[in-house]
Amino acid sequence: MKLINHTLRLLFFIVIVRPLVKIIIGLNYRNLPSLPKSGPGIIVANHNSHLDTMVLISLLPIRLLSQVQPVAAADYFLSNPIKAWFAKSIIGILPISREKSCQSDPLADCRSALNDGKILIFFPEGSRGEPEKLTEFKFGIAKLASQCPEVPVYPIYMHGLGKALPKGKFVLVPFFCDIAFHPPLLFGGERRDFQNALVKTFEQLKDKVKAPSWD
Amino acid sequence: MFNLFFSDNPVVIVFVVILGLLIVATIISYILRKKNSEHDYTELKQRINSWWVMVAMFAFALLSGVTASIIFFGFISFLALKEYFSIIPTRKVDRRVLFWAYLSIPLQFYWASIGWYGMFIIFIPVYMLLFIPFRLVLLGETKHFLRAAGSIHWGLMITVFSISHLAFLTILPATEANANTTSFSGPGLILFTVLLTQLNDVAQYLWGKSLGKRAIVPHISPNKTWEGFLGGVFTTALLGTLVAPFLTPLEAWYGFLAGAIIGIAGFIGDITVSALKRELDIKDTSAMIPGHGGILDRLDSLTFTAPLFFHFVRYTAF
Repeated sequence: MKLINHTLRLLFFIVIVRPLVKIIIGLNYRNLPSLPKSGPGIIVANHNSHLDTMVLISLLPIRLLSQVQPVAAADYFLSNPIKAWFAKSIIGILPISREKSCQSDPLADCRSALNDGKILIFFPEGSRGEPEKLTEFKFGIAKLASQCPEVPVYPIYMHGLGKALPKGKFVLVPFFCDIAFHPPLLFGGERRDFQNALVKTFEQLKDKVKAPSWD
Repeated sequence: MFNLFFSDNPVVIVFVVILGLLIVATIISYILRKKNSEHDYTELKQRINSWWVMVAMFAFALLSGVTASIIFFGFISFLALKEYFSIIPTRKVDRRVLFWAYLSIPLQFYWASIGWYGMFIIFIPVYMLLFIPFRLVLLGETKHFLRAAGSIHWGLMITVFSISHLAFLTILPATEANANTTSFSGPGLILFTVLLTQLNDVAQYLWGKSLGKRAIVPHISPNKTWEGFLGGVFTTALLGTLVAPFLTPLEAWYGFLAGAIIGIAGFIGDITVSALKRELDIKDTSAMIPGHGGILDRLDSLTFTAPLFFHFVRYTAF
């Protein structure tokens, strides 16, 4: 079963996701790419659409596919068995709990995945929110970085996917996806500083992408 | 197609000449990089590499027959329209109208493929012109209504209607004038349009660079000069005179006129896209083609030359 799921995942990304991302949507690099060449690593990106994960995974070479795990909300993606199978086996998500009341540490699975040399995709905004609006970053990423200080954090800003497939819409309308990269950040010793540096980096990256109005 | 170097097909012969030009350009760029290594030639190198890719795809499409050519140009239209919608201001409610705009591409190229000229020539200028505002009205949003209606239709005209003229050229048969050299006029006509349009860009640039003094449209493109424009038009007209009898059913004298039309229209197409970019405050329309910018940066002249040359040749030779 594991082998079947693994093959299906590979096929899904080669046959469907890559052509969709590279031809129908199209990527527009705003500067030179800065991406993990191997695990462990954390990719931090803004979140506007279900397509975000597809694009981020397609940025990495296919040989890294088995190492990539998007961190996603357990309550949303595990709500029914089919969705859960697709999210876990095909997309390869690492489900975490969004509930504050939870007794166990929601980041424990992330830490052990990083120890296994995985590349995690992290959306610090927490949810897709309103398309093409950057909302406040949650504190989880600074916490995780402080717990795994040797793991590089790659900030990536994307624009356009919220127009192509915003929350609650089912028809994809092609728009180019602008992408701005930044050299990896390393945890410096203070969570608050790391969080501020990350937020500042995203504001810089946002300015690199000259986005037309979308009102 | 496989007898590449012994072919008597004029289209193949011209592609072999282009191949030669590309090899020369590649060697020159290599020597430049070796000779003064402190100067950065990255963009020149990227530009030439991209030319290789573009020429290879274009040659493959053109030599693989009518269907492949039409699909190729339809795909080019799709990329251009997508780029256009990505750089202009749009509204959230317009998403579904933009979706309909994309759907007009397969239809428009289908009309070309079946040679239904009447439908081909009015589908976007009339039916889409009427359909888009109707669909916008159904959305019920009046803020920026005019901007949406105008900009969506203009984009369709430039990126789909104009480019589809190249697709319609593919199905034009041989005429009495060129029946002895070829069985189809299409590939030769397309190659003529695209080759002259691109060489005109180069010629205008080179004339402007070496002799340019008087700015022609300082507020839109400060580097464009009268000298570059006139030198380019004259060079392209001369090229048209030489190449037309070989690639098209046109005689030399008509080739001169066709070259002049391509020279003038190419310039206007170029500065039209420049004006658009200036308003949007962007340098390139995207970063899709390394060293060139976006697909609209490359197609700018062609959006004007394709329909004008099409109607010129349709009127004079068919």
